[in-house]
Amino acid sequence: MSAVGGAAGPVLQVEDLRVRFQRRGEVATHAVDGVSFAVAPGETVGLVGESGCGKSVTSLATMGLLPKRGVHVSGSVKLDGEELLGAGDRTLRKLRGKDMAMVFQDPLSSLNPTVTIGTQVVEVLAEHRGMKGDAARREAEDLLDRVGIPDPRRRLGEYPHQLSGGMRQRALIAMSLACSPRLLIADEPTTALDVTIQAQILELLRDLVQGSGTALVMITHDLGVVAGLCDRVHVMYAGRIIETAERRDLFARPRHPYTGGLLASVPRLDGGRGAPLTPIRGSARDTIPWTQGCAFAPRCDVALDDCLVEVSGSEVELADDGAGRQLRCRHPLTPAVPTAGAHP
Amino acid sequence: MSAALGDRRREKIDALAARAGQVPEGEGGVSLTRSAIRRLRRDPVAIIGAVIVVVFVVVAVLAPLLAPRDPLAQTLLGQVRQGFIPGAQDGFPLGVDQLGRDTLSRLIYGSRQSLLIGVVSTVLGLVVGMGLGVLAGAFGGWVDTLVMRFVDILLSIPGLLMAISVSVLLGRNQYALMIAIAVTQVPVFARLLRGSMLSQRDKDYAVAARALGVKRSRIVFGHVLPNSLSPVIVQGTLSLATAIIEAAALSFLGLGDPDISRPEWGAMLANAQEVLSIRPELAVYPALCIIVVALGFTLLGESLREALDPKFRR
Amino acid sequence: MLRFIVRRLLQLVPILLGLSLLLFTWLRLLPGGPAQAALGERATPEDIERYNQVFGLDQPIWVQYLKFLGRAVQLDFGNSSRTGRPVTTEFLERFPGTIELTVFAMVFAIGLGIPLGYLAARKHGSWIDSTSVIGSLLGVAIPVFFLAYLLRVVFAVDLGWLPGSGRQSVRIDATHVTNFYVLDGLLTREWDAALDALLHLVLPGIALGTIPLAIIVRITRAAVLDVVNEDYVRTANAKGLATATVRRRHIIRNALLPVSTTIGLQTGLLLSGAVLTETVFAFGGVGSALKDAIDLRDYSILQGFILILAVVYVLVNLLVDVSYGLLDPRVRVK
Repeated sequence: MSAVGGAAGPVLQVEDLRVRFQRRGEVATHAVDGVSFAVAPGETVGLVGESGCGKSVTSLATMGLLPKRGVHVSGSVKLDGEELLGAGDRTLRKLRGKDMAMVFQDPLSSLNPTVTIGTQVVEVLAEHRGMKGDAARREAEDLLDRVGIPDPRRRLGEYPHQLSGGMRQRALIAMSLACSPRLLIADEPTTALDVTIQAQILELLRDLVQGSGTALVMITHDLGVVAGLCDRVHVMYAGRIIETAERRDLFARPRHPYTGGLLASVPRLDGGRGAPLTPIRGSARDTIPWTQGCAFAPRCDVALDDCLVEVSGSEVELADDGAGRQLRCRHPLTPAVPTAGAHP
Repeated sequence: MSAALGDRRREKIDALAARAGQVPEGEGGVSLTRSAIRRLRRDPVAIIGAVIVVVFVVVAVLAPLLAPRDPLAQTLLGQVRQGFIPGAQDGFPLGVDQLGRDTLSRLIYGSRQSLLIGVVSTVLGLVVGMGLGVLAGAFGGWVDTLVMRFVDILLSIPGLLMAISVSVLLGRNQYALMIAIAVTQVPVFARLLRGSMLSQRDKDYAVAARALGVKRSRIVFGHVLPNSLSPVIVQGTLSLATAIIEAAALSFLGLGDPDISRPEWGAMLANAQEVLSIRPELAVYPALCIIVVALGFTLLGESLREALDPKFRR
Repeated sequence: MLRFIVRRLLQLVPILLGLSLLLFTWLRLLPGGPAQAALGERATPEDIERYNQVFGLDQPIWVQYLKFLGRAVQLDFGNSSRTGRPVTTEFLERFPGTIELTVFAMVFAIGLGIPLGYLAARKHGSWIDSTSVIGSLLGVAIPVFFLAYLLRVVFAVDLGWLPGSGRQSVRIDATHVTNFYVLDGLLTREWDAALDALLHLVLPGIALGTIPLAIIVRITRAAVLDVVNEDYVRTANAKGLATATVRRRHIIRNALLPVSTTIGLQTGLLLSGAVLTETVFAFGGVGSALKDAIDLRDYSILQGFILILAVVYVLVNLLVDVSYGLLDPRVRVK
């Protein structure tokens, strides 16, 4: 993979990221608990997991968008080699929107209802590219056109409530791409949209990223999104990465029982009408702290006694697992016993 | 379930999971009222409000036992001269008014009348307002239009002016005072309840009940109404404060209860204006009582709002 | 936007009709009826009968209402039983003073309330925050007329810093063009007269503005706390906009929406409070006149003044609705 934007090496390097929420009078929760990953230029990486697994917090911590009060962030987040954690607000503001940008889940609530689309696009251009007046407007029009919004000149003068859901998300993408960022984080960008629109938006993201060298981090709970877009996938559970693999490998041979479960719970066209869907037992709440054992153990069908620290005497670590793979599990699913229908 | 894990181990892990505190103690299982009360008990603001209210209610109820003197006896009238009112002295810790009556005893007895006016007028306004609100919210259509137009007309006259008109019409007595204040509360309650019912009527559970063919009266009185009440309860508590303040305002304007056998804070405050330059504290005491009680009801109302609607922020 | 305004104006018609019917009925229900109201307490039965004949009060009630309505449309609300002058004249003479007072009070409440509420929200949990929350709770609990007396006794009587009664000092020989004394002073370039009139507004204005101030602080604070957590503020931050831009365009602009709707409702509080405040400060505006009318049972004045004030209140709210439409495109552009 060639470095497009000058510096060789990864665009984003996250090392041992930890985020702890501490509200007054409450027990601290470790939303993100030692997450490391890297994204190379032009690469698309997926962070996958159920809601509450820490994937969104990871992305907000990367962007420096977590509230300051009651939140402790540690570890390292490097953008093109520059450390972001501990950087001042002013520095981060210069980077955000310019070198790293983000697309959010709900396009309606993510757009200011009282300001026109045009102003919301132009303000990015004004902030980071010093553009003003007609030049800025023309550039904004051009951006809307590039993300496939028809009649962009008219749309510039309209308000978010006048646009359809898909249009709003396109407008948000236009804003995030206004300065051709090195890194784009998309946090469930299609969840709030109609299924037909979802595919269009994903395609748009892929087209925009391809060739530009922009590194894309895709945060999703939807394995369909992963299958269509991502090069590498990190599966997260209870604040930690539990499995990492190339997309093809992951779908062909899920090793962690949780990954297997995720794959098994997706309906498949080739599964036949009678093929049963196998949901994972329980919910993301039924978990134990990693310090006491594998957090997934209470929901796991193949867990054994040594999944608990009490029995084995050590925590379950993330370890290399063959070519380009990593795994945090003592009793991985072997290819010989795939969960029902869990192969492509 | 696979045989990989013995039942004993299973329990062990489940217990660990529960202890990790990740599963909140049955949010769904506890009724809304119960969880609201639990939140209230933890809220210092609610506790302060409740303590204030309870203290004043106790004082009002036990007034005859607590008051050191007869609030009507003009004991020190002999010492009152033009331009002079005796101050605090032995047996009269807060002094006397221009008619030589013991201020402390009058304040204690005054709590009865002030709280009574507040409670009666609020309950009256609440009952009538809720009646109108239910009418509008339950039937909709032209009934709704008619009722809400009427409510709009009532709302178009600023509160105190409305109370003045009613008071002038009904004459000076305590019932006129209560009704005058109640009339200003009616449109507020009607509007609130209707709005709340409309939003509840469109909630999924009500739509589902309709789809299942449940009778309308049953949906309205069994489901929609009970779920619409929380804003009304909150407003009712807050209205107790406004009612007491408004009663004082009407007294000040000369529209209060003229019966001198029932001391009342508003009237005391109004009467004290005549002698403000000699004994300003005669105005300050009843005013403080009004402020503290109003504050008590307001604090209670605000924390109720927060307890009943977890999304609301103070 | 024009259609929105027209629609709102049309909605006023039934309200105004209902209002007139209400106050028409009110006068009829009074002991002695309209004749007594017009002639005053000392009228003899013969006077009343003659009056009833002259003014057609022996006609069917609906005819009487239509006549009342017809006169009301021409701003004829009869004559004061005390002075014998037309109610409308009395009102117009005194209303400028009340407008000056309420505008001062509102400027005080908004000018102080919005920044204070914003500050409290930004410093959520700090002592500034707690103080403004406690202050705003106290603000709504204090009886207006007590606060007015307190301010008057302390700042006018005891300290003598500010004038404590009337609209202008007697020593000032001012020309009155519009009856807005501050404005008159500016128009005629009698600066000292304008300043003197302005100083007369300070104490009653603060007394009158305290409740709206308390409410505006609380609503602004709550609105800012809500808006700060909105997704679009996160988006604005994600776009790397300067802090000032985020505040101005994305936080304050949206937080002002709920604040602006309450400002219309505050007018009702101000008009109510004006009766009390003006009485304490012998201000001589509409409020003072209402208090006199209550004392003297001048029913024509009561009926006319309350009707006109209600119409003013309704119109102010219409104005606020329209300006809300300007602020919030979701209302304006459908």
